[in-house]
Amino acid sequence: MNVDILFTHYNYIVVALLLTIGAYMLVETPNLVKKVIGMNVFQSGIFLFFITSAYRTGGSPPIVGHGGASTTYVSPLPHVLILTAIVVGVSLTAVALALIVRIYTEYGTLDERVLREVRADE
Amino acid sequence: MNELLPLLVAIPLVGAVASITLGSWSDRLAWPVTFLTMLVHVGLATAVASTVYRGGTPLATAVGGFTPPFGIELVVDGLNAAILVLVSAVAVGVLVYARRAGPHSVAFHTGYLLLVAGLSGMTITGDMFNLYVFLEITGLAAYALVATGDDGRAAVGALKYLLVGTVGASLFLIGIGYAFVATGTLNMADLAEKLATADPTLVGASFALVVTGLAVKTALFPLHTWQPEAYASAPDSVSGLIAALVSTVSAYALARVTFSVYTVDFLTSSAFAQEFLLGLAGISIVAGSLLAVMQTEIKRMLAYSSVSQFGLVVAGVAIANEAAVTGSLIHLVGHAVMKGGLFLAAGALAVVAGARTVEDYDGLGARAPLLSAAFAVLSLSMVGIPPAVGFVGKWYIALGAIQAESWPIAVVILVSTLLTLAYFLRLVERMYFRTSSDDVTSSTGTGATAVADGGDDTDDGLTRPSAGMVAVVVVAALLAVGLGPLVSTFEPLLEPTLETLLQL
Repeated sequence: MNVDILFTHYNYIVVALLLTIGAYMLVETPNLVKKVIGMNVFQSGIFLFFITSAYRTGGSPPIVGHGGASTTYVSPLPHVLILTAIVVGVSLTAVALALIVRIYTEYGTLDERVLREVRADE
Repeated sequence: MNELLPLLVAIPLVGAVASITLGSWSDRLAWPVTFLTMLVHVGLATAVASTVYRGGTPLATAVGGFTPPFGIELVVDGLNAAILVLVSAVAVGVLVYARRAGPHSVAFHTGYLLLVAGLSGMTITGDMFNLYVFLEITGLAAYALVATGDDGRAAVGALKYLLVGTVGASLFLIGIGYAFVATGTLNMADLAEKLATADPTLVGASFALVVTGLAVKTALFPLHTWQPEAYASAPDSVSGLIAALVSTVSAYALARVTFSVYTVDFLTSSAFAQEFLLGLAGISIVAGSLLAVMQTEIKRMLAYSSVSQFGLVVAGVAIANEAAVTGSLIHLVGHAVMKGGLFLAAGALAVVAGARTVEDYDGLGARAPLLSAAFAVLSLSMVGIPPAVGFVGKWYIALGAIQAESWPIAVVILVSTLLTLAYFLRLVERMYFRTSSDDVTSSTGTGATAVADGGDDTDDGLTRPSAGMVAVVVVAALLAVGLGPLVSTFEPLLEPTLETLLQL
């Protein structure tokens, strides 16, 4: 087991942590709002994965006229992709929260376990 | 024709904006605007498909003039032209049904067009990240449509769908990320070239994540948990539309990604890829059928039946020979017509008799002869009685399994047919060979269940199904029977595409 990789690739470890914490929250908490927060943490892990994979030491921004012929330019594509993915994530959160508001007005609870009991009685 | 491809996505988007602006001015305009948009869409989709099949070569266009592989490419070939027409035609049919059956809200019509835009985009895109974006647009529209039911149950079903669906789409996105890190490109054709020489571990991980993500969206067992509740709690028109199209297009995307991005070479040479897909499909076929047999609520039963049928489709993709892939495409189209028709028929029967559970179907054959007959025809087609399209699809997939000497799958297909017979035949038997126990007190007898599942809330006080609703169901039944014999004329049209996809 190469321990060095833990220190040189610590950003990927944060990605893995965010993904697992997010997935765990999504599954484990009975609170619907916290489930949505878990979903957001999970997605942040993915965003970080794309951004961190695009990092180049000594790279310069890909703007015409910047740097000389020997400069390493950073690919702008991952950042653009993640901007799109963030927009998608915000829309998903908005729809999820709207649904939760409806569930709360209907059943008066945000707790999944209580919700299950109430609906079983219907 | 090439430059018209972006319109397939743009027209429903513009229509969605038009329906919400005109609809906020007068509620009654929402349906006509939506219908008009869909008519234009179906015309364009048919024109594109006929050009592709007559020309024998794919249509492609670079969006915004950015040349691929840097820009986004839209591609229509023999595989997705059929899906494109299916999406458009089914959407028109369900819209006719929804004219009276509801929901009547402006939001429903806007969501409807957004869903069509997302599905069309998923169908024609040739770019992986673009596929993710359209997957999420489709998802968002589908969550909102499920929630157009008036009661709390629909909201709970939609939230569950959203949470599970988002995780699925996110896994798909990580998979794209792995492929992107390995190759630096997102264009499907370019990826196919560069993945062949990329690090096999990275490609394998990417394949597993992409397939798992799409399997969640297709609702394969054990990733189907969102699906029965979402289908059962949604209004009948929405269940019909989503059951017919959303999983179908996701399954198409799975086939597209497998053949056009990872390629058949990878599928057969990689240590786990084919086994992974076959295992997922086999478990799905058996578990879906078994769960369907156990259900008492009609819409839940139909939902679990979809889990099993999509297992069949994915099995065809995994076997990856000419017969099996032809079978998968036929079964995708056939299943969409049959399952959409069954959901709409179930909705119409619920209007006639409040029938929402298996017990309620006693003696329905006498009370609603035409609808019951259509339901019975669609059921038998789903079981796979020749010459219906359900038989042809299964036949090709089974044939492909035997040619590939994939015996376990061949056996599973046979067993699943028997199980399908078990859960559909009991309904047909109840409809025609039993008399209703509560003919006189039908409204009070079934009232409790109808309120509990919220079905009647969306019926808007309809006491009998409109002519349009019945007509759509009957057309679906006729198509289910009529499409079967047509397959032999369709098959040669598909051949050039299959040769490219399967690298024959």
